[in-house]
Amino acid sequence: MKLVDLQTIAENEVDFQRSYKHRINVCSSSGCILFGALKILKAFKDAVKEFGLEKECKVARTGCIGTCSVGPAVLIEPGDYLYQNVSTEKVREIVRDHIVLGLPIKEMLYKNESFFKKQKRLVLKNAGKIDPHRIQDYIAMGGYSALVKCLATMTPQGVICEVTSSGLRGRGGAGFPTGQKWSLVARAHSSPKYIVANLDEGDPGVFANRTLAEADPHAILEGMLIAAYAIGAEKGYLYIRAEYPLAIQTLQKAIAQARSMSLLGDSILETPFKFNVELRLGAGAFIAGEETAILASIEGKRAMPKPRPPYPATYGLWGKPTLIQNVETLANIPMIVLNGGLWFSKTGTTECTGTKCFSLTGNINNPGLIEVSMGTTLREVVFDIGGGVQNERNFKAVLVGGPSGGCLPEALLDQPIDYESLKSVGAIMGSGGIVVLDDGSCMVDTAKFFTEFCVEESCGKCTPCRAGLARVKEIFEAITKGSARLEDITTLEKVSAYIMDASLCGLGQTAPNPVITTLRYFKNEYLQHITEKTCQAGKCFKKEEGEQKQ
Amino acid sequence: MDLKNVGDASVGGIFLAKDDNRRMLLEKTLKEYNYEGSSLLEILHKAQGIYGFLDKKLLMDISQSLSLPPSHVLGVATFYSYFNLEKPGDHIVTGCLGTACYVKGVEDIMQAIENEFKIKRGKTTADGKLSLFVTRCIGACAMSPAVIVDDEVVGKSTKEIVIKKIKHLLKGGENIETS
Ligand SMILES: Cc1cc2nc3c(=O)[nH]c(=O)nc-3n(C[C@H](O)[C@H](O)[C@H](O)COP(=O)(O)O)c2cc1C
Ligand code: SF4
Ligand code: FES
Ligand code: FES
Repeated sequence: MKLVDLQTIAENEVDFQRSYKHRINVCSSSGCILFGALKILKAFKDAVKEFGLEKECKVARTGCIGTCSVGPAVLIEPGDYLYQNVSTEKVREIVRDHIVLGLPIKEMLYKNESFFKKQKRLVLKNAGKIDPHRIQDYIAMGGYSALVKCLATMTPQGVICEVTSSGLRGRGGAGFPTGQKWSLVARAHSSPKYIVANLDEGDPGVFANRTLAEADPHAILEGMLIAAYAIGAEKGYLYIRAEYPLAIQTLQKAIAQARSMSLLGDSILETPFKFNVELRLGAGAFIAGEETAILASIEGKRAMPKPRPPYPATYGLWGKPTLIQNVETLANIPMIVLNGGLWFSKTGTTECTGTKCFSLTGNINNPGLIEVSMGTTLREVVFDIGGGVQNERNFKAVLVGGPSGGCLPEALLDQPIDYESLKSVGAIMGSGGIVVLDDGSCMVDTAKFFTEFCVEESCGKCTPCRAGLARVKEIFEAITKGSARLEDITTLEKVSAYIMDASLCGLGQTAPNPVITTLRYFKNEYLQHITEKTCQAGKCFKKEEGEQKQ
Repeated sequence: MDLKNVGDASVGGIFLAKDDNRRMLLEKTLKEYNYEGSSLLEILHKAQGIYGFLDKKLLMDISQSLSLPPSHVLGVATFYSYFNLEKPGDHIVTGCLGTACYVKGVEDIMQAIENEFKIKRGKTTADGKLSLFVTRCIGACAMSPAVIVDDEVVGKSTKEIVIKKIKHLLKGGENIETS
């Protein structure tokens, strides 16, 4: 296939789609599949047939629409009518009233307007609107035209300039400027060069990357292709955790389709540019997402981090220059190339441009997948988008940044979301998890839970992390069993500081965050546990059950 | 993963017999990856899919086939929690202990299962019928708490529903669908 052919495919596909008056998008992402989305999909196809609407009405399986807790979710275009909690019995009624009679069924529509209003969906613009299993759907939305633009009109250096001027920073947690990283790898002398797309997403309670892969896999591939062109790589690895079977399947299919259209392979779109992608499966290790550990894992070894420098940019996979990038970062690339870095930098804040996807969960009314401009406040996320705390309980804390994030109290909800501002209050961006806790949660128990997670996931290579976290866990056990003394709080603080200062990799360096933030913002709960031996939430001091667990 | 046919896999000999179908599938996988040591994780994934779990003998076989030291192969297999080194029970229940599920009370469900079936997490019952495992986030957080009962992910689960499903399975019934 040649560069010009892509345009023809896009035009044909758009014509084809326009020949339908209605499009029924049935979310068939993991979440909705749990609620029976595949049966709903079939029911819609049957109903459309029954009413003889096959020529007018296209039923498509799509990715996540975002409102995952009211699945199965179905979006009917034009007009973006979002039906929630759709059951097979209701399908016929929807087709009859909405499509045949033109009367959308108000009672079944998603009502919470602010869920979408406060969001800015750029990375997720195709999510829920295209069939991730059809490359034509992506192409019709302008997909792969950024790649065409690069190959036809831009030099690799030009692409890097555009990305640099966009201000894009890595979405995997650390927020390193993406353009700068690309320059480093492009300038590295040895060859070949590699790209690693990071879809490990080991943070418990986070599903944003997975959902992106299930909804718009080609955006990730196109981002990888453009990065490869810019830095001069011919081979890429997409590292994804084995716990994500649907995402794996979707990506595999996308890779095969891209290959068959010569968008991947030896002479891409009949130019000299070549690039191949291979999927690599993780196997349940949180540490495998760390950038040096992911390399070890791809090389078939235990995922143990290494000291840096040397950085992967100069000494990565098999000792060669390697670009490691989170998949959401990559999915931002096509729109930057198409619209220009300047355009992109207008969203978000000056220091932190663009948007960020979050999985919003916990004791909240509207859990789901969201995307907001950088600089949006946590309050807007929790109350406007998330609809506030569930079951009419009170807000207690919000955990931002996964197991090594921070637990922030109500007073800090006006904190804008960006790397520096979150860091200043003890949280981190992480890879995009926001968990809301209500007043029924015990903050000591919560901090203990994260500590246990980090103890389990520590690779054990360095002592501060391995032994330090084990000590922290011991103290938490004492506190929650009633045998701790007040001095233990000082020890907690000291050991935590030591772990953060002396650990080799990001896991140890951030693991004490939940401990430190709960101590800072909820100290009275610690004191209550230690001096009064009471837990208001009733989570601790359950001796028998606690012992049985071991 | 089909665990129903694992049956006698742990009986020595059968594991490595060259004419065993499973061994032939494994050989095909090894060939596909060109016997490259760097594909060890992929091969372990496939091997676990074929045999249901990674027996010591099987790991030795893989180490020989890839010309890797056994300590390396064993080290990798034990490092990653996705690999099972012991034969799991006929039915497998896995609770998600990720943050979202924890916040929504999965711990209570796990304790109820432990009490009801006299089983501890990470273990298999003496009769080999039921294993109880723990995982950290399967990405169904918006539907937390999530418990996987054999191949079915039960979202928004409660102890009553999960225990009922397990009882049904243990009686020999098929998985009852909720959706
Ligand atoms: C313990 C640990 C786990 C990590 N897990 C992930 C992950 O799951 N996905 C990810 O993209 N980055 C993860 N990271 C960050 C990566 O090391 C790396 O910074 C990132 O993939 C770089 O891509 P970016 O610049 O696009 O963010 C993790 C870091 C640490 C220390
Ligand atoms: S900080 Fe922890 S996870 Fe990181 S290398 Fe050290 S022991 Fe391993
Ligand atoms: S999984 Fe269907 S809306 Fe998110
Ligand atoms: S925390 Fe259980 S599915 Fe994510």
